[in-house]
Amino acid sequence: MQVEVSLTVNGAAVTATVEPRTLLVQLLREHLALTGTHVGCDTSQCGACVVHVNGASVKSCTMLAVQADGASVTTIEGLATDGTLHPVQEAFREHHGLQCGFCTPGMVMSAVDLLQNNTSPSEAEIREWLEGNICRCTGYHNIVKAVQHAAAAMRG
Amino acid sequence: MYAFTYQKPKTVAEAAAALAADGDAKVVSGGQTLIPTLKQRLAAPSALVDLGSIEGLAGITVAGDTVTIGAMTKHAAVAHSAEVQGAIPALAALAEGIGDPQVRNRGTIGGSIANHDPAADYPAGCLGLGATIVTSKRELSADDFFTGMFSTALEDDELVTAVRFPKPKRAAYAKFPNPASRYAIVGVFVADTASGIRVAVTGAGGGVFRATELEAALTAKGFAAGSLDGVTVSSDGLNSDIHASAEYRAHLITVMAKRAVAAAG
Repeated sequence: MQVEVSLTVNGAAVTATVEPRTLLVQLLREHLALTGTHVGCDTSQCGACVVHVNGASVKSCTMLAVQADGASVTTIEGLATDGTLHPVQEAFREHHGLQCGFCTPGMVMSAVDLLQNNTSPSEAEIREWLEGNICRCTGYHNIVKAVQHAAAAMRG
Repeated sequence: MYAFTYQKPKTVAEAAAALAADGDAKVVSGGQTLIPTLKQRLAAPSALVDLGSIEGLAGITVAGDTVTIGAMTKHAAVAHSAEVQGAIPALAALAEGIGDPQVRNRGTIGGSIANHDPAADYPAGCLGLGATIVTSKRELSADDFFTGMFSTALEDDELVTAVRFPKPKRAAYAKFPNPASRYAIVGVFVADTASGIRVAVTGAGGGVFRATELEAALTAKGFAAGSLDGVTVSSDGLNSDIHASAEYRAHLITVMAKRAVAAAG
């Protein structure tokens, strides 16, 4: 069975024909060549695949592409505007909130969702929020620092 | 994942008809349990019936002393609802403790209770509060709804449409999570309700159950943590695995019940 899905990805209308078992992350990476969204564990644990669906962060390895029909999806590629990094991206760069970088797209997308709902999260709130994003390099310290600085930058 | 066909009905009746027509079809709501299960090829449904386009299944209403939560309401919506926080703060806190933020943005109350994972949180909230499960066919008490591990009273073509929670006098949920999976090794929901004190336990047994020994002690000696001093729960029939023995889980039930009673105040 093939199903046609229409959705908005990073502001652009997209139509694709997929099998019902196609995951959202497969649609993004394999059909749309948006490979910034990573597949880490593929078991809903690690958060490398986090994207926004209708503004809320979700694990795109645990959502079917057909479930995103009609939705607005934002990936890591959609954050920067006109070559200017999003404040969260800029803070990760400035504060070295990464080492190998594999988890970074998911970390950034997750942190953006946190900051759109909580403009001044405490360190504990940041660490708790990032429960669904696993980093095996940094020990999280610089990630948390980056999110704190991003929050301050976005508050202006 | 094995291949399956896909349907997106617009009404509950259409969804029920699709399930009635195909005994191997499965319902998908948030998919936070079902999709990982499909990916591991632990299930091979012929078709998925997606409830995502049915209007009116999501939402929270508070009327008098009753909180009604639609089946497709996401955990994050319950956790952040000012109405739920006001009427039954223990239920909002329970929802905030499920999985992680991304899981809470997709997972639904109807999916959680229809799945009845023996370590899931919502079944404890439903049973502890004495909720009523509203389905496409009837209304069931939580006591009658949860029948065993991954089993409920739902018939093959029956859907959860909403859950009605009576507002308790006080309640709290205390979870001892597995440090890796964050699922409850033991979770205890205690509630002081109009129809008596209820203690519901998840994670410890084959499915959610009421700890009648603890309910009796709290009823006889008063709703206070000290009333549970020296009260033990039998380990007979409890889960024993690499994470915790049955005896440890039995011990934890009393410990978590005391913490929940203390938190309920």
